[in-house]
Amino acid sequence: MNAPATQSAGPARHGARGMSSELVFTKRSVIHSLRNLDSLVTAVVAPVAIMLLFVTVFGAALDTTVGGAYADYVTPGVMLLCAGFGAALTATSIHTDVSKGFIERLRTMPIRASGVIFGHVFASVLRNLGSTVIVMFVAVALGFRPTASPAEWVGISALLVAYILVFTLIAAAWGLAATSADSAGMFSFIALFLPYLSTAFIPVDNLPGFLRGFAENQPLTLVIEALRGLATGSPDQHTLVLSAVWLLGLGVAATVLTTVLFRRAARK
Amino acid sequence: MTTQTTRRTPSRTHGDVTETDVAEAAVSVRDIHKSYDDRAVLSGVSFDVSKGQVFALLGPNGAGKTTLIRILTTLIKPSSGTASVLGHDLTKDPARVRELISVTGQYASVDEELTGMENLVMIGRLLGESKRGATARADELLAEFDLTDAGSRRVGLYSGGMRRRLDLAAGLISSPPVIFLDEPTTGMDTRSRSALWNVVTRLAEQGKTIFLTTQYLEEADTLADRIAVLDGGTIVASGTAQELKRQVGGESIELVLDDGTVAREATEGDPERVRQVLNAYHAAGKTVRTFSVHAPTLDDAFLALTGHPAARAPQDTKENAR
Repeated sequence: MNAPATQSAGPARHGARGMSSELVFTKRSVIHSLRNLDSLVTAVVAPVAIMLLFVTVFGAALDTTVGGAYADYVTPGVMLLCAGFGAALTATSIHTDVSKGFIERLRTMPIRASGVIFGHVFASVLRNLGSTVIVMFVAVALGFRPTASPAEWVGISALLVAYILVFTLIAAAWGLAATSADSAGMFSFIALFLPYLSTAFIPVDNLPGFLRGFAENQPLTLVIEALRGLATGSPDQHTLVLSAVWLLGLGVAATVLTTVLFRRAARK
Repeated sequence: MTTQTTRRTPSRTHGDVTETDVAEAAVSVRDIHKSYDDRAVLSGVSFDVSKGQVFALLGPNGAGKTTLIRILTTLIKPSSGTASVLGHDLTKDPARVRELISVTGQYASVDEELTGMENLVMIGRLLGESKRGATARADELLAEFDLTDAGSRRVGLYSGGMRRRLDLAAGLISSPPVIFLDEPTTGMDTRSRSALWNVVTRLAEQGKTIFLTTQYLEEADTLADRIAVLDGGTIVASGTAQELKRQVGGESIELVLDDGTVAREATEGDPERVRQVLNAYHAAGKTVRTFSVHAPTLDDAFLALTGHPAARAPQDTKENAR
């Protein structure tokens, strides 16, 4: 309020300009991903192992069930499984930053502390896009033959990015809400098991009635069906629109929740 | 055991709050209250810290030290009362305050996955430094904190003392004039502790204002120009270490008698009084085996002021309801 006191106040820093602090945080999170064995295994080994497991072990038995090459059927689901599982690590990373006081330190600095969440989210999108590309390569090697047009490929990419982003945002909110490292890590289980209650691996006709209703209508099924349609050159407008609506709704809700929880995290 | 460093005499030393001109004070606290639900953690805390002073807030666990630091570093808002850093109100202009302070917490909040160097460069970049500028500053600070060799190693592999030093270094990147240290040596071994004390002394010599909390009397005694004792959410005493000690009286002698009993007699530093005490014991037929002279310690002062002994090691201790 009064000028004289500021003179001896040392060099004034106003923080990085524009988006540069967000980029610094992203770089940090990418370094974390590369140095953390867990996240590397999740991002690289899991996709290969899961793809191999489903196509070579169960594939032969399931070709008839799904009416076509199982590799074609299962690839979209495995992509989402791996991306979701990888995104779930964001919950743990963010919880660690809260519990170790890293975020608190940022809040005492003249910078936009929320950039740290942006960094985690952006790094997760990059990491899991890499992961889905690996799934894709393994899938092609195992007989996946997509017949999508360039426009449909753009659609596939957009849908995947949106899915990873939304799943990561939900993980971010979870990580901020978590009260312990264990509860933060729990999100991985959800990410791992949710695809089993969808059309990712088998058609819903084989599920008992009460699960069937859930599996038919849950967003994962919608996104998987939309991806299948695009990959086989027969986009299905119904599932595409519903997927977009679901992802948009969940994305907005998760962003709001993350913002609120981030504010709350330090006001204690 | 007291390492007296070159110190300016504190500008004002006696009494409680002196109405210092707010612009003069590095940190000014006025009637701060903070309660959670119905539990009062701070109930009316006021004091000033002059520029360039090393100020120690001394108190047992649960006295409200950390809550006060969290308020002064803009992390939480007080329930009532005002506080300012270098004239800037904490609640009205927290952004400006954040440019003037650094905080080193009880737990080193550095990034364990990154190297020491990467940590410092990252903070520098966040503060708007160029890559080159941030690297140069990081090199400088690593050298200053004796971490040059460790700079390329991951912080996860550092010892507790090294982490704490890196944490402090990270806070100094922007050369803030006011430095908050929340229990900087809690849980440290003696060597790391004295290393950190040296750092604090050096920063004080550079003219920084240092606000530290501690539950160790020796730490306050060694470092601080001025001490305030916080207990049960209020300041129960403040002044220099000497003044606090004087509040609890003068010297005494401790006598060990032949039968093994130990007695303590006040002498107020008067040799005549010592002679009288020894004569009195002789006359009573008690043989004094050994005796030793005791100057009042901050321990004694702490005990007298708060009604319970000071912490030796960090442990439980509940809220000290008065």
